[in-house]
Amino acid sequence: MSAVKFYQTGSLAVGNRLLPIEQRSVQATGDRTNAITCGHRACQGCGEALGARVVLDAAMRATGGKLIVVNATGCLEVFSTPYPESAWRVPWIHSLFGNAPAVASGVAAALRARGRTDIRVLGQGGDGGTVDIGFGALSGMFERDDDVLFVCYDNEAYMNTGVQRSGATPPAARTATTQAVGPEPGNVFGQGKSAPLIAMAHEIGYVATATVADVRDLERKVARAMELHGARYLHVLVPCPLGWGSATSETIRVARLAVQSGLFPLFEAERGEVVAVTPLRGAPVPVEEYLRIQKRYANLFSPAVRADVLARIQALAERNIARFGLCRAEES
Amino acid sequence: MFEVRIHGRGGQGVVTAAELLSVAAFAEGRYAQAFPSFGSERTGAPVVAYCRLSDGPIRLREPVLRPDALIIQDSTLLVQVDVFAGLAPGGAVLVNSRQDRRALHLEHLPPDRLVIVPASRLALTHVGRPVPNAALLGGFAAQTGLLALDSVIQAIRDRFRGGVAEGNVAAATEAYRLVRSRLEEQVDA
Amino acid sequence: MLRQIEGSQAVAETVARCRPQVVCAYPISPQTHIVEGLSRLVKSGDLAGCEFINVESEFAAMSVAIGAVAAGARTYTATASQGLLFMAEALYNASGLGLPIVMTVANRAIGAPINIWNDHSDAMSQRDCGWVQLYAESNQDAVDLHVLAFRLAEELSVPVMVCMDGFVLTHAYERIDVPGQEQVDAYLPAFRPRQMLDPHEPLTIGAMVGPEAFTEVRYLAHQVQRRALDRIPELAGAFEAGFRRPAGGLVRPYRCADAETVVVALGSVLGTVKDTVDEMRDDGVRVGVLGLGTFRPFPAGALRQALGRVARVVVLERAFSVGTGGIVSADLDSALTGLPQRRYTVVAGLGGRPVTKASVRAVLDAATADDLEPLTFLDLDRSTVEAVR
Repeated sequence: MSAVKFYQTGSLAVGNRLLPIEQRSVQATGDRTNAITCGHRACQGCGEALGARVVLDAAMRATGGKLIVVNATGCLEVFSTPYPESAWRVPWIHSLFGNAPAVASGVAAALRARGRTDIRVLGQGGDGGTVDIGFGALSGMFERDDDVLFVCYDNEAYMNTGVQRSGATPPAARTATTQAVGPEPGNVFGQGKSAPLIAMAHEIGYVATATVADVRDLERKVARAMELHGARYLHVLVPCPLGWGSATSETIRVARLAVQSGLFPLFEAERGEVVAVTPLRGAPVPVEEYLRIQKRYANLFSPAVRADVLARIQALAERNIARFGLCRAEES
Repeated sequence: MFEVRIHGRGGQGVVTAAELLSVAAFAEGRYAQAFPSFGSERTGAPVVAYCRLSDGPIRLREPVLRPDALIIQDSTLLVQVDVFAGLAPGGAVLVNSRQDRRALHLEHLPPDRLVIVPASRLALTHVGRPVPNAALLGGFAAQTGLLALDSVIQAIRDRFRGGVAEGNVAAATEAYRLVRSRLEEQVDA
Repeated sequence: MLRQIEGSQAVAETVARCRPQVVCAYPISPQTHIVEGLSRLVKSGDLAGCEFINVESEFAAMSVAIGAVAAGARTYTATASQGLLFMAEALYNASGLGLPIVMTVANRAIGAPINIWNDHSDAMSQRDCGWVQLYAESNQDAVDLHVLAFRLAEELSVPVMVCMDGFVLTHAYERIDVPGQEQVDAYLPAFRPRQMLDPHEPLTIGAMVGPEAFTEVRYLAHQVQRRALDRIPELAGAFEAGFRRPAGGLVRPYRCADAETVVVALGSVLGTVKDTVDEMRDDGVRVGVLGLGTFRPFPAGALRQALGRVARVVVLERAFSVGTGGIVSADLDSALTGLPQRRYTVVAGLGGRPVTKASVRAVLDAATADDLEPLTFLDLDRSTVEAVR
């Protein structure tokens, strides 16, 4: 057999095909559920559609196909169920905007009452439905330790309604309600909440962050979550080309840069303690590289470069790096 | 229909008194309706509860405006609230106090209408807490003859358990005997 | 079994006999004793196979109920007043999705100003949301309506609200025949969902429906409620056959057959009005009272039939539409369109002000003499409101 040169594309796409089948991602297998199938109306390059597919196929694999899904109002729900069509090949209910965690708790309660705890429950929604309007319900579900895995697809704004600011919108980002005008263009500094840290404060059994840039990592975290019972939370960064102003072909690269800059740390936590961190590969990427390719940050580069704002964002990245120990001498 | 109004302060078991009264009546096969004058729950504030007794179904839902009998669980209310409002002519009054009719300024009520029972003291003696409601119900049964003491006792045992139940039963029984003997004295007199 | 028991406790025990599988609860006066009672029954094991969930708000309570019933469990919750409003969005969601949840509403006023006492503002504010609304006249009625409610809800796949006057009924001790388990089992079969979330048969519940189909979906919901108009009397009849006492139904006439004047009312005030009617009849006045056991769907046909030849109708409301007038009156006017009657609206007992026999008598004396304004606020203290001007 001739020596084969692996061409590193920045993903494991090529390597995946040559791996033994048991090491391949769920997405690489022909018998995956395809829980959200084609024909839905998502935008080209939608990070959330990709994230949902990866998460749910992994969850279906992990639960042997015994899964019920509860979905908050938002892009995902809207583009997947234009009556009379549905893209969902799993039992699925759309609740309201602010109650997906509560409806999921109700499903879990019913399964317990009916003696069917072999069927697992997954609730999902966007950042708006999770950190803002759904926050009370999320906290209640965590506090009761209801047996639900809640997944937040975070595209950092209310995208479905036209890109308005949410409690997850990062500083300096332009949205329709934090416009790039005035002395402090874009979203202000000093606001916002970290849903993963809040989840950790509830001391639930499993909290993890992930992005669509690393399919295997995301799948592994879903599988890990499904090994456990009780309240679990997964926060997935999903770039939105429309809202972020990034190229539709760059969704995965944008997510990777978010991670490699330190702005989106990848970690896992159990009962309020961080138990695993994905260190950065090599030196952190300067935030500017990540920000430049998104038009929502255009105000930082034009008409003049806002070195002051860039420095503040860089400081946020460095704080994450220090806080989570993202730069290590050797990888674990 | 016989209508009772019970006055007291939050924490003295006024609402329970009305409920027990209704349960005692039920034990004798009567219809009874008991309900509080609904206020936010606050210890020490004036509380009113009502009980209607009847041989047939009771449909009326208004507060007792024309009581046939009054039970005053806390005599300090005599100067604070118009406890006698609407009292039917000849209506019976039962007051929890260690004082006499003169000290309470109730001389205008003749002995066949006004009965004073030291119910809190009886409760303290028998139950260890000065909650006068059970004792007063024993006194009420004797004063009005509307209920048998046994029915009151049954209601008490239905609601309470163990030492508290038996203590309340003893307090009610002593109050009953006290009032009975006093009424018999008046008859003899 | 005949018991002398608090209304709330009787309701809790009866709901337990209906074998709910999920009960979710958020406390609000005056419903608290009901859910406390149920929590005790679940925790002690008396109510087996039931999950009791302490939720973080009323919105969560209805949301948990939605998830539970969609996943195939018989589900119950209770609320009042502000809590009902807080879950308003979820009420529409439940009815729109055809989910047979049963909920007790311990009727209470809505603030501001904050007021914890009884009137019908809460349930009335949600009269268009697609839930069936049944109103209890007494605690026996309240108990019986819950059994009927589960059966109605599950047959038609529509949520049902059982309205009972807060404090006046919930906190009153009275003689109640609490249904036994066998009796309830004979009347109420096991829950067989029309559809449910099930990995064996995946389906999508809650799709987005655009202009091209929304009207049809909503029309179908309307038809379901109209079917309830037929079904409610039938289920009431079946209840009477099984339990040997009448319960539920659309309208309940009392001495209306030859009445010149009929009072229309809902809830516990009917007891007081009946006593008043008896007194007036003794004085030779031809008056009667018609209780509405079902408010939604509005039994227009039954009302028209009962009131067709009556000269005068007095609607005794326990809520009102601010700036406009009566709520029940408005529905009644529409049902009695074209009939040449004099109609009066009396708004009474707002925020828990007692509706006394004396006041009812006074307003009916005025009505029978046609010496009454079209809209009256019973026992309004004119000196206070005029001083404010």
